[in-house]
Amino acid sequence: MSQPLPAVDYLKLPEGGEPYLEGHRCQTCGASFLGKRNVCSKCGARDQMQAVHLPNSGSLYSYCIVHRSFPGIEVPYISAIVDLDDGTAIKGNLINIEPDPAKIEFGMPVEVVYGDALGRRDKEGNAYIAYFFQPKSG
Amino acid sequence: MTDAYVVGVDMIKFGRFPEKSVPQIGAESALLALDDCGLSIQDMEALYCGNLMQASAMVGQRILQEIGQTGIPVVNVSNACATGATAFREAWASVKAGLYDIVLAVGVEQMGRGLLGGTGGKGIPKEGLFGSGTMPAVFAEAGMEHARKHGTTFEQFAKVSVKNHHHSTMNPKAMYQIETPLETVMNAEMISYPNTKLMCSVNVDGSAAAVIATEKKARELGLLGRAVKVCASVLTSDRWQERDLVMPDVNTCTQEAAAKAYAMAGLGPEDIDLVELHDCFATAEILHYENLGLCGAGEAGRMIDDGEVALGGRIPVNVSGGLLSKGHPLGATGIANIYEVSTHLRGEAGERQVQGARIGMTHVIGLGSACGIHILEKAA
Repeated sequence: MSQPLPAVDYLKLPEGGEPYLEGHRCQTCGASFLGKRNVCSKCGARDQMQAVHLPNSGSLYSYCIVHRSFPGIEVPYISAIVDLDDGTAIKGNLINIEPDPAKIEFGMPVEVVYGDALGRRDKEGNAYIAYFFQPKSG
Repeated sequence: MTDAYVVGVDMIKFGRFPEKSVPQIGAESALLALDDCGLSIQDMEALYCGNLMQASAMVGQRILQEIGQTGIPVVNVSNACATGATAFREAWASVKAGLYDIVLAVGVEQMGRGLLGGTGGKGIPKEGLFGSGTMPAVFAEAGMEHARKHGTTFEQFAKVSVKNHHHSTMNPKAMYQIETPLETVMNAEMISYPNTKLMCSVNVDGSAAAVIATEKKARELGLLGRAVKVCASVLTSDRWQERDLVMPDVNTCTQEAAAKAYAMAGLGPEDIDLVELHDCFATAEILHYENLGLCGAGEAGRMIDDGEVALGGRIPVNVSGGLLSKGHPLGATGIANIYEVSTHLRGEAGERQVQGARIGMTHVIGLGSACGIHILEKAA
Protein backbone atom coordinates (compact mmCIF):
# COMPACT_ATOMS: atom_id res chain seq x y z
CA MET A 1 0.00 0.00 0.00
CA SER A 2 1.48 3.32 -1.09
CA GLN A 3 1.51 6.42 1.08
CA PRO A 4 -1.59 8.66 0.92
CA LEU A 5 -1.21 11.65 -1.41
CA PRO A 6 -2.16 15.27 -0.72
CA ALA A 7 -5.63 16.04 -2.14
CA VAL A 8 -4.56 19.55 -3.21
CA ASP A 9 -1.08 20.73 -4.13
CA TYR A 10 -0.91 23.35 -1.36
CA LEU A 11 -1.24 20.62 1.28
CA LYS A 12 2.25 19.32 2.09
CA LEU A 13 3.04 15.94 3.65
CA PRO A 14 6.71 16.09 4.71
CA GLU A 15 8.25 12.68 5.33
CA GLY A 16 8.19 12.02 9.05
CA GLY A 17 6.63 15.43 9.79
CA GLU A 18 3.21 16.91 10.36
CA PRO A 19 1.04 17.89 7.38
CA TYR A 20 0.79 21.60 6.72
CA LEU A 21 -0.70 24.10 4.26
CA GLU A 22 1.71 26.01 2.09
CA GLY A 23 1.16 29.55 0.98
CA HIS A 24 3.21 32.08 -0.92
CA ARG A 25 3.74 35.57 0.41
CA CYS A 26 4.73 38.53 -1.71
CA GLN A 27 7.89 40.14 -0.30
CA THR A 28 6.92 43.44 -1.92
CA CYS A 29 3.32 44.00 -0.80
CA GLY A 30 2.72 41.24 1.75
CA ALA A 31 -0.26 39.64 -0.01
CA SER A 32 -0.51 35.93 0.71
CA PHE A 33 -1.82 33.19 -1.51
CA LEU A 34 -2.64 29.52 -1.22
CA GLY A 35 -0.20 27.44 -3.19
CA LYS A 36 2.63 28.32 -5.51
CA ARG A 37 2.77 31.28 -7.84
CA ASN A 38 5.46 33.33 -9.55
CA VAL A 39 3.86 36.77 -9.88
CA CYS A 40 1.86 38.62 -7.25
CA SER A 41 -1.69 39.20 -8.50
CA LYS A 42 -2.11 42.09 -6.06
CA CYS A 43 0.88 44.25 -6.98
CA GLY A 44 2.33 42.49 -10.04
CA ALA A 45 5.80 42.00 -8.52
CA ARG A 46 7.79 39.20 -10.14
CA ASP A 47 10.05 36.72 -8.39
CA GLN A 48 9.10 38.06 -4.97
CA MET A 49 6.99 35.13 -3.83
CA GLN A 50 8.30 33.24 -0.82
CA ALA A 51 6.91 29.89 0.33
CA VAL A 52 5.47 30.02 3.86
CA HIS A 53 3.89 27.53 6.25
CA LEU A 54 0.35 28.71 6.82
CA PRO A 55 -0.98 28.72 10.39
CA ASN A 56 -3.37 26.00 11.50
CA SER A 57 -5.75 28.41 13.15
CA GLY A 58 -8.10 31.09 11.99
CA SER A 59 -11.67 32.32 12.17
CA LEU A 60 -14.86 31.66 10.24
CA TYR A 61 -15.52 34.46 7.76
CA SER A 62 -18.56 33.16 5.85
CA TYR A 63 -20.27 29.86 5.11
CA CYS A 64 -23.27 28.14 3.66
CA ILE A 65 -24.91 24.81 4.39
CA VAL A 66 -25.01 22.58 1.35
CA HIS A 67 -28.09 20.37 1.17
CA ARG A 68 -27.89 19.47 -2.48
CA SER A 69 -24.64 18.76 -4.28
CA PHE A 70 -23.65 16.58 -7.20
CA PRO A 71 -24.83 12.96 -7.21
CA GLY A 72 -22.91 10.79 -4.75
CA ILE A 73 -21.71 13.67 -2.56
CA GLU A 74 -22.87 13.25 1.01
CA VAL A 75 -24.98 16.14 2.36
CA PRO A 76 -25.56 18.22 4.38
CA TYR A 77 -22.18 19.78 4.99
CA ILE A 78 -20.88 23.23 5.80
CA SER A 79 -18.90 24.97 3.09
CA ALA A 80 -16.77 27.52 4.92
CA ILE A 81 -14.54 30.49 4.11
CA VAL A 82 -11.88 30.83 6.79
CA ASP A 83 -9.40 33.65 7.39
CA LEU A 84 -6.22 32.04 8.70
CA ASP A 85 -4.41 33.97 11.43
CA ASP A 86 -1.90 35.37 8.93
CA GLY A 87 -4.70 36.75 6.73
CA THR A 88 -4.74 34.04 4.06
CA ALA A 89 -8.28 33.11 2.98
CA ILE A 90 -9.05 29.44 2.46
CA LYS A 91 -12.17 27.40 1.69
CA GLY A 92 -13.11 24.00 3.05
CA ASN A 93 -15.55 21.88 5.03
CA LEU A 94 -16.34 22.92 8.59
CA ILE A 95 -16.78 19.70 10.58
CA ASN A 96 -17.61 18.58 14.12
CA ILE A 97 -20.40 21.15 14.45
CA GLU A 98 -24.07 20.74 13.62
CA PRO A 99 -24.99 22.11 10.17
CA ASP A 100 -27.48 24.52 11.70
CA PRO A 101 -27.22 28.32 11.24
CA ALA A 102 -28.27 28.77 14.87
CA LYS A 103 -25.14 26.89 15.99
CA ILE A 104 -22.63 28.56 13.68
CA GLU A 105 -21.20 31.96 14.56
CA PHE A 106 -19.41 34.34 12.23
CA GLY A 107 -15.92 34.96 13.49
CA MET A 108 -15.78 31.77 15.57
CA PRO A 109 -12.24 30.47 16.07
CA VAL A 110 -11.47 27.36 14.04
CA GLU A 111 -8.47 25.10 13.63
CA VAL A 112 -7.20 23.24 10.60
CA VAL A 113 -7.15 19.45 10.99
CA TYR A 114 -5.88 16.83 8.58
CA GLY A 115 -7.34 13.45 7.75
CA ASP A 116 -8.39 10.96 5.12
CA ALA A 117 -10.22 12.56 2.15
CA LEU A 118 -13.62 11.06 3.06
CA GLY A 119 -12.58 7.69 1.69
CA ARG A 120 -12.19 9.00 -1.85
CA ARG A 121 -9.72 7.11 -4.04
CA ASP A 122 -8.38 7.86 -7.51
CA LYS A 123 -8.46 5.40 -10.42
CA GLU A 124 -5.21 3.79 -9.24
CA GLY A 125 -6.69 3.23 -5.78
CA ASN A 126 -4.51 5.83 -4.05
CA ALA A 127 -5.76 7.26 -0.75
CA TYR A 128 -5.60 11.03 -0.16
CA ILE A 129 -5.15 13.34 2.79
CA ALA A 130 -7.35 16.44 3.02
CA TYR A 131 -7.71 19.35 5.42
CA PHE A 132 -10.83 20.34 7.31
CA PHE A 133 -11.84 23.06 9.77
CA GLN A 134 -13.31 22.41 13.18
CA PRO A 135 -14.28 24.65 16.09
CA LYS A 136 -11.19 25.43 18.12
CA SER A 137 -11.15 23.46 21.36
CA GLY A 138 -10.46 25.19 24.67
CA MET B 1 -17.62 60.02 -31.26
CA THR B 2 -21.10 59.19 -32.46
CA ASP B 3 -23.85 58.07 -30.12
CA ALA B 4 -25.03 54.49 -30.54
CA TYR B 5 -28.68 53.49 -30.42
CA VAL B 6 -30.59 50.26 -30.02
CA VAL B 7 -33.00 50.46 -32.96
CA GLY B 8 -34.36 46.91 -32.86
CA VAL B 9 -34.49 44.50 -29.93
CA ASP B 10 -36.42 41.39 -28.94
CA MET B 11 -36.23 38.04 -27.18
CA ILE B 12 -38.01 34.73 -27.53
CA LYS B 13 -40.18 33.43 -24.72
CA PHE B 14 -37.76 31.51 -22.51
CA GLY B 15 -38.45 27.79 -22.12
CA ARG B 16 -37.01 24.35 -22.81
CA PHE B 17 -36.43 23.46 -26.44
CA PRO B 18 -34.43 20.22 -26.56
CA GLU B 19 -35.67 19.56 -30.10
CA LYS B 20 -33.94 22.72 -31.42
CA SER B 21 -30.27 23.47 -32.03
CA VAL B 22 -28.44 26.42 -30.44
CA PRO B 23 -28.21 28.28 -33.79
CA GLN B 24 -31.93 27.72 -34.40
CA ILE B 25 -32.78 29.20 -31.01
CA GLY B 26 -30.47 32.15 -31.70
CA ALA B 27 -31.87 32.69 -35.19
CA GLU B 28 -35.37 33.15 -33.79
CA SER B 29 -34.49 36.22 -31.71
CA ALA B 30 -32.20 37.56 -34.46
CA LEU B 31 -35.17 37.60 -36.84
CA LEU B 32 -37.44 39.10 -34.17
CA ALA B 33 -34.98 41.94 -33.53
CA LEU B 34 -34.63 42.60 -37.27
CA ASP B 35 -38.44 42.60 -37.59
CA ASP B 36 -38.66 45.01 -34.67
CA CYS B 37 -36.91 47.64 -36.80
CA GLY B 38 -38.12 46.43 -40.21
CA LEU B 39 -34.64 45.48 -41.44
CA SER B 40 -33.07 42.30 -42.78
CA ILE B 41 -29.77 40.51 -42.29
CA GLN B 42 -28.65 42.09 -45.58
CA ASP B 43 -28.64 45.45 -43.78
CA MET B 44 -26.27 44.27 -41.01
CA GLU B 45 -22.55 45.01 -41.30
CA ALA B 46 -21.34 42.64 -38.54
CA LEU B 47 -22.63 40.07 -36.07
CA TYR B 48 -21.54 39.74 -32.43
CA CYS B 49 -22.74 36.45 -30.97
CA GLY B 50 -22.71 35.50 -27.30
CA ASN B 51 -22.87 31.84 -26.29
CA LEU B 52 -21.13 29.98 -23.50
CA MET B 53 -21.74 26.24 -23.70
CA GLN B 54 -20.73 25.92 -27.39
CA ALA B 55 -18.03 28.58 -27.25
CA SER B 56 -15.81 26.67 -29.69
CA ALA B 57 -18.56 25.84 -32.19
CA MET B 58 -18.93 29.02 -34.31
CA VAL B 59 -22.51 29.67 -33.16
CA GLY B 60 -22.65 33.12 -34.84
CA GLN B 61 -21.78 31.75 -38.26
CA ARG B 62 -24.28 28.93 -37.78
CA ILE B 63 -26.97 31.50 -36.95
CA LEU B 64 -26.20 33.16 -40.29
CA GLN B 65 -26.59 29.76 -41.94
CA GLU B 66 -30.15 29.85 -40.57
CA ILE B 67 -31.02 33.46 -41.54
CA GLY B 68 -28.69 34.54 -44.35
CA GLN B 69 -24.99 34.06 -45.08
CA THR B 70 -23.98 37.53 -46.20
CA GLY B 71 -20.25 37.21 -45.56
CA ILE B 72 -20.15 39.82 -42.79
CA PRO B 73 -17.57 39.61 -40.00
CA VAL B 74 -18.74 37.45 -37.09
CA VAL B 75 -17.28 37.57 -33.59
CA ASN B 76 -18.16 34.78 -31.15
CA VAL B 77 -18.01 35.85 -27.53
CA SER B 78 -17.84 33.89 -24.29
CA ASN B 79 -17.61 35.55 -20.85
CA ALA B 80 -19.53 33.36 -18.37
CA CYS B 81 -22.87 34.91 -17.37
CA ALA B 82 -21.70 38.24 -18.80
CA THR B 83 -21.50 36.66 -22.27
CA GLY B 84 -24.59 38.38 -23.73
CA ALA B 85 -23.67 41.76 -22.27
CA THR B 86 -20.14 41.39 -23.62
CA ALA B 87 -21.40 40.58 -27.14
CA PHE B 88 -23.70 43.62 -26.94
CA ARG B 89 -20.83 45.79 -25.71
CA GLU B 90 -18.49 44.62 -28.50
CA ALA B 91 -21.24 45.48 -31.00
CA TRP B 92 -21.72 48.87 -29.35
CA ALA B 93 -17.97 49.53 -29.36
CA SER B 94 -17.69 48.76 -33.07
CA VAL B 95 -20.39 51.31 -33.83
CA LYS B 96 -18.94 53.91 -31.44
CA ALA B 97 -15.53 53.44 -33.05
CA GLY B 98 -16.95 54.16 -36.48
CA LEU B 99 -16.10 50.70 -37.79
CA TYR B 100 -19.70 50.02 -38.80
CA ASP B 101 -22.96 51.97 -39.04
CA ILE B 102 -25.30 49.17 -38.02
CA VAL B 103 -24.66 45.75 -36.47
CA LEU B 104 -26.47 42.83 -34.87
CA ALA B 105 -25.82 41.32 -31.43
CA VAL B 106 -27.31 37.96 -30.47
CA GLY B 107 -27.11 36.07 -27.19
CA VAL B 108 -28.23 32.45 -27.03
CA GLU B 109 -28.02 29.47 -24.71
CA GLN B 110 -29.38 25.96 -24.44
CA MET B 111 -29.08 24.80 -20.83
CA GLY B 112 -29.08 21.41 -19.19
CA ARG B 113 -30.82 20.82 -15.88
CA GLY B 114 -29.32 20.81 -12.43
CA LEU B 115 -26.47 22.47 -10.56
CA LEU B 116 -23.85 24.56 -12.28
CA GLY B 117 -20.30 24.97 -11.03
CA GLY B 118 -18.23 22.52 -9.05
CA THR B 119 -14.54 21.92 -8.93
CA GLY B 120 -12.52 19.95 -11.44
CA GLY B 121 -8.86 19.06 -11.46
CA LYS B 122 -6.70 16.01 -11.11
CA GLY B 123 -6.75 13.29 -8.47
CA ILE B 124 -10.06 12.86 -6.65
CA PRO B 125 -13.28 14.92 -6.89
CA LYS B 126 -13.06 18.00 -4.67
CA GLU B 127 -16.77 18.85 -4.38
CA GLY B 128 -17.94 18.34 -0.82
CA LEU B 129 -14.35 17.78 0.33
CA PHE B 130 -13.15 21.39 0.32
CA GLY B 131 -16.53 23.10 0.58
CA SER B 132 -18.72 23.51 -2.46
CA GLY B 133 -18.02 25.00 -5.86
CA THR B 134 -21.67 24.80 -6.92
CA MET B 135 -23.18 28.15 -7.85
CA PRO B 136 -25.97 28.06 -5.22
CA ALA B 137 -23.30 27.54 -2.53
CA VAL B 138 -20.92 30.21 -3.84
CA PHE B 139 -23.70 32.80 -3.91
CA ALA B 140 -25.03 31.61 -0.55
CA GLU B 141 -21.58 32.34 0.92
CA ALA B 142 -21.68 35.81 -0.67
CA GLY B 143 -25.13 36.37 0.86
CA MET B 144 -23.96 35.16 4.27
CA GLU B 145 -21.13 37.71 4.10
CA HIS B 146 -23.87 40.35 3.80
CA ALA B 147 -25.74 38.73 6.71
CA ARG B 148 -22.54 38.88 8.75
CA LYS B 149 -22.05 42.59 8.05
CA HIS B 150 -25.65 43.79 8.13
CA GLY B 151 -27.80 41.14 9.82
CA THR B 152 -29.68 40.30 6.62
CA THR B 153 -32.12 37.43 7.23
CA PHE B 154 -33.16 34.29 5.36
CA GLU B 155 -36.64 35.84 5.09
CA GLN B 156 -35.30 39.01 3.47
CA PHE B 157 -33.38 36.98 0.89
CA ALA B 158 -36.54 34.92 0.26
CA LYS B 159 -38.62 38.06 -0.33
CA VAL B 160 -36.52 38.79 -3.43
CA SER B 161 -37.83 35.61 -4.99
CA VAL B 162 -41.45 36.42 -4.05
CA LYS B 163 -41.11 39.83 -5.72
CA ASN B 164 -39.50 38.57 -8.91
CA HIS B 165 -41.98 35.70 -9.29
CA HIS B 166 -44.79 38.23 -8.84
CA HIS B 167 -43.30 40.47 -11.54
CA SER B 168 -43.08 37.60 -14.01
CA THR B 169 -46.82 36.93 -13.76
CA MET B 170 -47.05 40.06 -15.96
CA ASN B 171 -44.34 38.99 -18.41
CA PRO B 172 -45.57 36.59 -21.11
CA LYS B 173 -41.97 35.96 -22.23
CA ALA B 174 -40.87 34.72 -18.80
CA MET B 175 -40.46 31.00 -18.15
CA TYR B 176 -42.97 31.10 -15.27
CA GLN B 177 -46.08 33.17 -14.54
CA ILE B 178 -46.82 31.86 -11.06
CA GLU B 179 -47.42 33.81 -7.85
CA THR B 180 -45.04 32.34 -5.27
CA PRO B 181 -45.78 33.32 -1.66
CA LEU B 182 -43.12 33.70 1.01
CA GLU B 183 -43.95 30.39 2.75
CA THR B 184 -43.63 28.55 -0.56
CA VAL B 185 -40.21 30.09 -1.21
CA MET B 186 -38.91 29.47 2.31
CA ASN B 187 -40.28 25.91 2.49
CA ALA B 188 -38.98 24.86 -0.91
CA GLU B 189 -36.14 22.33 -1.01
CA MET B 190 -33.05 23.83 0.61
CA ILE B 191 -30.21 23.77 -1.91
CA SER B 192 -27.49 25.74 -0.13
CA TYR B 193 -28.64 27.65 2.95
CA PRO B 194 -29.90 30.32 2.67
CA ASN B 195 -30.86 29.65 -0.99
CA THR B 196 -33.85 27.34 -1.46
CA LYS B 197 -34.67 25.92 -4.88
CA LEU B 198 -37.02 28.85 -5.59
CA MET B 199 -34.20 31.26 -4.77
CA CYS B 200 -32.03 29.83 -7.58
CA SER B 201 -32.28 31.04 -11.18
CA VAL B 202 -34.13 28.79 -13.58
CA ASN B 203 -32.07 26.92 -16.17
CA VAL B 204 -33.88 27.59 -19.44
CA ASP B 205 -33.14 27.84 -23.14
CA GLY B 206 -33.48 31.23 -24.75
CA SER B 207 -32.13 33.94 -26.96
CA ALA B 208 -32.30 37.70 -27.30
CA ALA B 209 -30.98 40.05 -29.97
CA ALA B 210 -30.41 43.75 -30.60
CA VAL B 211 -29.68 45.89 -33.64
CA ILE B 212 -27.34 48.78 -32.81
CA ALA B 213 -26.82 51.77 -35.12
CA THR B 214 -25.11 55.13 -35.20
CA GLU B 215 -27.32 58.16 -34.66
CA LYS B 216 -26.88 59.14 -38.32
CA LYS B 217 -27.87 55.69 -39.58
CA ALA B 218 -30.85 55.48 -37.23
CA ARG B 219 -32.05 58.87 -38.45
CA GLU B 220 -31.58 57.96 -42.13
CA LEU B 221 -33.62 54.80 -41.60
CA GLY B 222 -36.35 56.72 -39.77
CA LEU B 223 -35.79 54.61 -36.66
CA LEU B 224 -34.98 57.25 -34.03
CA GLY B 225 -38.58 57.40 -32.79
CA ARG B 226 -38.49 54.06 -30.94
CA ALA B 227 -34.71 54.04 -30.55
CA VAL B 228 -32.99 53.72 -27.19
CA LYS B 229 -29.69 55.50 -26.61
CA VAL B 230 -26.82 53.57 -25.04
CA CYS B 231 -25.55 56.15 -22.52
CA ALA B 232 -23.00 53.89 -20.89
CA SER B 233 -21.40 50.52 -21.52
CA VAL B 234 -18.90 49.24 -18.98
CA LEU B 235 -17.10 45.96 -18.43
CA THR B 236 -14.89 45.21 -15.43
CA SER B 237 -13.03 42.18 -14.12
CA ASP B 238 -12.26 41.20 -10.56
CA ARG B 239 -9.59 43.40 -9.03
CA TRP B 240 -7.41 41.65 -6.43
CA GLN B 241 -9.25 41.28 -3.15
CA GLU B 242 -8.02 39.47 -0.07
CA ARG B 243 -10.50 36.57 -0.36
CA ASP B 244 -11.32 36.71 -4.06
CA LEU B 245 -9.42 33.57 -5.03
CA VAL B 246 -11.45 31.35 -2.70
CA MET B 247 -14.61 33.46 -2.46
CA PRO B 248 -15.36 35.26 -5.71
CA ASP B 249 -16.02 38.93 -4.95
CA VAL B 250 -19.02 40.01 -7.03
CA ASN B 251 -19.26 43.29 -5.13
CA THR B 252 -16.12 45.22 -6.03
CA CYS B 253 -16.34 44.64 -9.79
CA THR B 254 -20.01 45.70 -9.70
CA GLN B 255 -19.30 48.82 -7.61
CA GLU B 256 -16.50 49.84 -9.97
CA ALA B 257 -18.58 49.16 -13.08
CA ALA B 258 -21.49 51.16 -11.66
CA ALA B 259 -19.27 54.13 -10.80
CA LYS B 260 -17.81 54.12 -14.33
CA ALA B 261 -21.24 53.75 -15.92
CA TYR B 262 -22.72 56.66 -13.96
CA ALA B 263 -19.72 58.81 -14.89
CA MET B 264 -19.93 57.85 -18.57
CA ALA B 265 -23.65 58.67 -18.68
CA GLY B 266 -23.30 61.82 -16.57
CA LEU B 267 -26.02 60.40 -14.33
CA GLY B 268 -26.43 59.10 -10.79
CA PRO B 269 -28.48 56.34 -9.17
CA GLU B 270 -31.25 58.87 -8.48
CA ASP B 271 -31.79 59.25 -12.24
CA ILE B 272 -32.46 55.56 -12.86
CA ASP B 273 -36.13 54.58 -13.29
CA LEU B 274 -35.71 50.79 -13.43
CA VAL B 275 -32.96 48.20 -13.08
CA GLU B 276 -32.54 44.69 -14.44
CA LEU B 277 -29.78 43.23 -12.29
CA HIS B 278 -28.13 39.83 -11.97
CA ASP B 279 -30.38 37.88 -9.58
CA CYS B 280 -28.76 34.53 -10.38
CA PHE B 281 -29.64 33.72 -6.76
CA ALA B 282 -31.87 35.62 -4.35
CA THR B 283 -28.87 36.31 -2.14
CA ALA B 284 -27.10 38.04 -5.06
CA GLU B 285 -29.89 40.54 -5.74
CA ILE B 286 -29.67 41.94 -2.21
CA LEU B 287 -25.94 42.65 -2.63
CA HIS B 288 -26.43 44.56 -5.84
CA TYR B 289 -28.94 47.11 -4.46
CA GLU B 290 -25.97 48.48 -2.56
CA ASN B 291 -23.34 47.74 -5.19
CA LEU B 292 -25.28 49.75 -7.80
CA GLY B 293 -25.87 52.61 -5.37
CA LEU B 294 -29.65 52.12 -5.27
CA CYS B 295 -29.36 52.43 -1.49
CA GLY B 296 -26.65 52.97 1.10
CA ALA B 297 -24.48 50.27 2.69
CA GLY B 298 -26.55 47.96 4.88
CA GLU B 299 -29.89 49.24 3.58
CA ALA B 300 -30.68 46.43 1.14
CA GLY B 301 -32.71 44.42 3.65
CA ARG B 302 -34.89 47.43 4.33
CA MET B 303 -35.27 48.04 0.57
CA ILE B 304 -36.84 44.64 0.06
CA ASP B 305 -38.91 44.86 3.28
CA ASP B 306 -40.35 48.25 2.28
CA GLY B 307 -41.18 47.24 -1.29
CA GLU B 308 -39.00 49.99 -2.76
CA VAL B 309 -37.69 47.59 -5.41
CA ALA B 310 -41.10 46.21 -6.44
CA LEU B 311 -43.10 47.49 -9.41
CA GLY B 312 -44.68 50.74 -8.22
CA GLY B 313 -41.87 51.28 -5.70
CA ARG B 314 -39.14 53.92 -5.69
CA ILE B 315 -36.77 51.96 -7.96
CA PRO B 316 -38.31 48.80 -9.46
CA VAL B 317 -35.78 45.97 -9.86
CA ASN B 318 -36.23 42.99 -12.17
CA VAL B 319 -39.76 43.75 -13.31
CA SER B 320 -39.19 41.11 -16.02
CA GLY B 321 -39.23 38.45 -13.30
CA GLY B 322 -35.46 38.33 -13.28
CA LEU B 323 -33.34 35.26 -13.66
CA LEU B 324 -35.25 33.70 -10.77
CA SER B 325 -38.50 33.46 -12.73
CA LYS B 326 -37.98 34.74 -16.28
CA GLY B 327 -35.09 32.28 -16.46
CA HIS B 328 -31.34 32.44 -17.04
CA PRO B 329 -30.07 31.18 -20.41
CA LEU B 330 -26.51 32.29 -19.66
CA GLY B 331 -25.45 33.74 -23.01
CA ALA B 332 -28.83 35.35 -23.68
CA THR B 333 -29.33 37.04 -20.31
CA GLY B 334 -27.25 40.16 -20.97
CA ILE B 335 -29.25 41.03 -24.09
CA ALA B 336 -32.61 39.92 -22.66
CA ASN B 337 -32.20 42.54 -19.96
CA ILE B 338 -31.43 45.17 -22.65
CA TYR B 339 -34.72 44.11 -24.26
CA GLU B 340 -36.60 44.48 -20.97
CA VAL B 341 -35.30 47.95 -20.18
CA SER B 342 -35.76 49.12 -23.78
CA THR B 343 -39.36 47.89 -23.75
CA HIS B 344 -40.11 50.04 -20.70
CA LEU B 345 -38.35 53.09 -22.16
CA ARG B 346 -40.51 52.65 -25.27
CA GLY B 347 -43.62 52.46 -23.08
CA GLU B 348 -44.47 49.05 -24.51
CA ALA B 349 -44.22 46.83 -21.41
CA GLY B 350 -47.98 46.42 -20.91
CA GLU B 351 -49.17 45.40 -17.47
CA ARG B 352 -45.69 45.56 -15.93
CA GLN B 353 -44.81 48.96 -17.44
CA VAL B 354 -42.76 51.18 -15.12
CA GLN B 355 -44.72 54.39 -15.55
CA GLY B 356 -42.81 57.29 -17.05
CA ALA B 357 -39.59 55.28 -17.39
CA ARG B 358 -36.96 57.35 -19.18
CA ILE B 359 -33.63 55.86 -18.05
CA GLY B 360 -32.82 52.27 -17.11
CA MET B 361 -29.84 50.14 -16.12
CA THR B 362 -28.84 46.56 -16.87
CA HIS B 363 -26.28 44.56 -14.90
CA VAL B 364 -24.78 41.10 -15.21
CA ILE B 365 -22.03 39.22 -13.41
CA GLY B 366 -20.10 36.38 -14.95
CA LEU B 367 -18.38 34.55 -12.14
CA GLY B 368 -14.67 34.43 -12.46
CA SER B 369 -15.37 37.41 -12.89
CA ALA B 370 -16.83 39.83 -15.41
CA CYS B 371 -19.31 42.58 -14.66
CA GLY B 372 -21.21 44.29 -17.48
CA ILE B 373 -23.37 47.38 -16.95
CA HIS B 374 -25.36 49.35 -19.50
CA ILE B 375 -27.37 52.53 -19.01
CA LEU B 376 -30.08 53.14 -21.59
CA GLU B 377 -32.13 56.25 -22.24
CA LYS B 378 -35.20 56.86 -24.32
CA ALA B 379 -34.20 58.77 -27.48
CA ALA B 380 -35.08 62.45 -27.21
